[in-house]
Amino acid sequence: MGEAEIIPIEGRDRRSVKPQAETRAIPRCRAVTKEGKPCKKDAVSADGYCSVHAKTQSNERSQHPSARSSSRGIVRDRQQPDPLGIEEFLRRRISGDYPVDDFGYDEQLSREVLMPLVKPLYETYFRVRTLGIDRIPATGAALLICNHSGTIPLDAVMVQYAVATEHAQRRLVRNVGADLVWRMPLIGPLARKSGNVVACDEDAYELIRRGELIGVFPEGYKGVGKGWSERYKLQRFGRGGYVELALRTKTPIIPVAIVGAEEAYPMIFNAKLLAKVFGFPYFPITPTFPALGPLGLLPLRSRWVIEFGEPIPMDDHPEDAAEDPMYVFDQSDRVRDTIQQMLYANLNKRGGAFF
Amino acid sequence: MATENKRRILITGVSRFLGLRLAKRLENDPNVEALVGVDLEEPPIPIKGLEFVRADIRNPMIARVLEATKVDTLVHTNIGSSPAVLGGRSQMKENNVIGTMQLLAAAQRADRMRNVVVKSSAAIYGHRPGEPSVIPEDYASREADLVGYGKDCAEAEQYVRDFGRRREDVRLTILRTQNVVGPTVRTSMTNYLSLPVIPMALGFDPRLQLLHEEDAVEALCLAVMKDVSGIFNISSEGVVYLSQAVRLLGKPPAPLLLPAAQTTAGLLRRFGLIDFPTDQLALILFGRVVSIERARAKLGFEPKYDTLGVLRDFKEFRLEDQISEPDAHPTWERELFEYLKQRADREKV
Repeated sequence: MGEAEIIPIEGRDRRSVKPQAETRAIPRCRAVTKEGKPCKKDAVSADGYCSVHAKTQSNERSQHPSARSSSRGIVRDRQQPDPLGIEEFLRRRISGDYPVDDFGYDEQLSREVLMPLVKPLYETYFRVRTLGIDRIPATGAALLICNHSGTIPLDAVMVQYAVATEHAQRRLVRNVGADLVWRMPLIGPLARKSGNVVACDEDAYELIRRGELIGVFPEGYKGVGKGWSERYKLQRFGRGGYVELALRTKTPIIPVAIVGAEEAYPMIFNAKLLAKVFGFPYFPITPTFPALGPLGLLPLRSRWVIEFGEPIPMDDHPEDAAEDPMYVFDQSDRVRDTIQQMLYANLNKRGGAFF
Repeated sequence: MATENKRRILITGVSRFLGLRLAKRLENDPNVEALVGVDLEEPPIPIKGLEFVRADIRNPMIARVLEATKVDTLVHTNIGSSPAVLGGRSQMKENNVIGTMQLLAAAQRADRMRNVVVKSSAAIYGHRPGEPSVIPEDYASREADLVGYGKDCAEAEQYVRDFGRRREDVRLTILRTQNVVGPTVRTSMTNYLSLPVIPMALGFDPRLQLLHEEDAVEALCLAVMKDVSGIFNISSEGVVYLSQAVRLLGKPPAPLLLPAAQTTAGLLRRFGLIDFPTDQLALILFGRVVSIERARAKLGFEPKYDTLGVLRDFKEFRLEDQISEPDAHPTWERELFEYLKQRADREKV
């Protein structure tokens, strides 16, 4: 239930005028001090503790016997909110009684509807295997830098699902999405409700301030819109904005390699004319789309591996490093190389792409 | 409250909602030495100690008013968002932009002027889909993309900044308020939310962030009385999706395809059912949410209502069409509400 604590508005049991103690964008820390009083610091961690208590809490958690890795490396020590049951869920939906955070994350919809929809795709269809998911910190901000591929950004959905279900703290990854996503009907609101944000400095800084996980796909359209022949070849890593951000805020970078998305929608041809007509950055022709019509929208059944790499700490760089473009590009290239190496290693390990 | 000495305050737009409410709020304040109200119409309810001056801020005569009343604090609440109320879009622009220009030109000449507070709007950030999810004051909206009210605000703010540059001795505060909603205020947003069936664009669901009328007045009051300068977003906390708001209000939504939604908006306006300017149509497609951290930290602004609370208050009060709890709102608010209701009835006839 940790995520719910940082949502500033609470739908339940609220009078129209709220008590003063609650009128804060950042909730107070959940911990109780030694004197038995509630901690007065702002909560910075995802599960609602301040910087001091977040550490002690995570220590306690790691000492806890249930926190030890199970055979599949999946730890589930954080309480999953009890499913509401369909009746209660519908009642709340119909009366509008549910909390949404400032960025538009609708936890109830996400946990009760969207995630169960992704589940079969993640577990049975793509058979996603995750490696090193415990490298994502239990609390605090981090930037997950991922490779981007597969025409339709399913990879972003899968990373979000992986961390939300397999990470010990079930954290929410907030992927940053480009303009196009937010302009699209249905997709735009859906992306918001599942916790994603706009790709801009303002949102990123705000999320880091709140100690959240941010998913960045620096290749952008170049990554999703690249052809079959270029599969698993990383494209230019944007303009290095994410490195600047990480340097300025001293936020660790976690390189993430996603194998499998390339084969889900192999783009054999980019119909540029059609792309222009529809105003898209590319228009994919895959072996099944548009030949099989709507059925062609079904991804191929590729086998996926998502590896979370060792976090790269960003606090031991020169003070003005973010102001030096050369330095920034250099750091960006290093991250890119790391991910490229991780991709090759996992491709070898994965074996067949489909079976 | 950090005040040094008593203030002589002039409020523009004193007969309109926020100006009137602010004046009412300040009428018994011991820190106010004089209260002057400027507007084209007389205030609909009596305000103790208010010196009303019928004047047009677009007229250079306003300089004489500032001079004669010896005010040291100017509160400009006369930038309006409703073309229908202001006599059409071109009149609205004239009032908003030229009015602000003339008023500040006059204020620049007024030697006694020490504080200037301008009520601008969060519309200045526009409502494009790719805007930050939570907009801070430093976010530079692309002025070229702005239309209507938002553009007026941007242009008016430019004059305010120019004024600030020329009169560095004046404390300058700009408040960018979110859509004001409440039991008594009438805006395009309250009209929209009062419709029996709420039209929405199919496939779009914006986040709404509203400001309660009482919190709006409180913020203006803080800006007037506190010695703080700068630009502040003023809003309630929290976000509600439009689809959620419709549910909370207990109304049926009417999802329309986008072109149909635009036509509907046009038709509603033509038949006088609702005055929702086309530039604000984008608001119910993409929404707009601002950060109030700065106002909270520097201005000490703590909204009493969150967006959910604003909607509940709005629902309870508006839909029942009368005041249920006599103590919930002070009497003068009821007077004001009565007046507004009468005016609304007159408009219907």
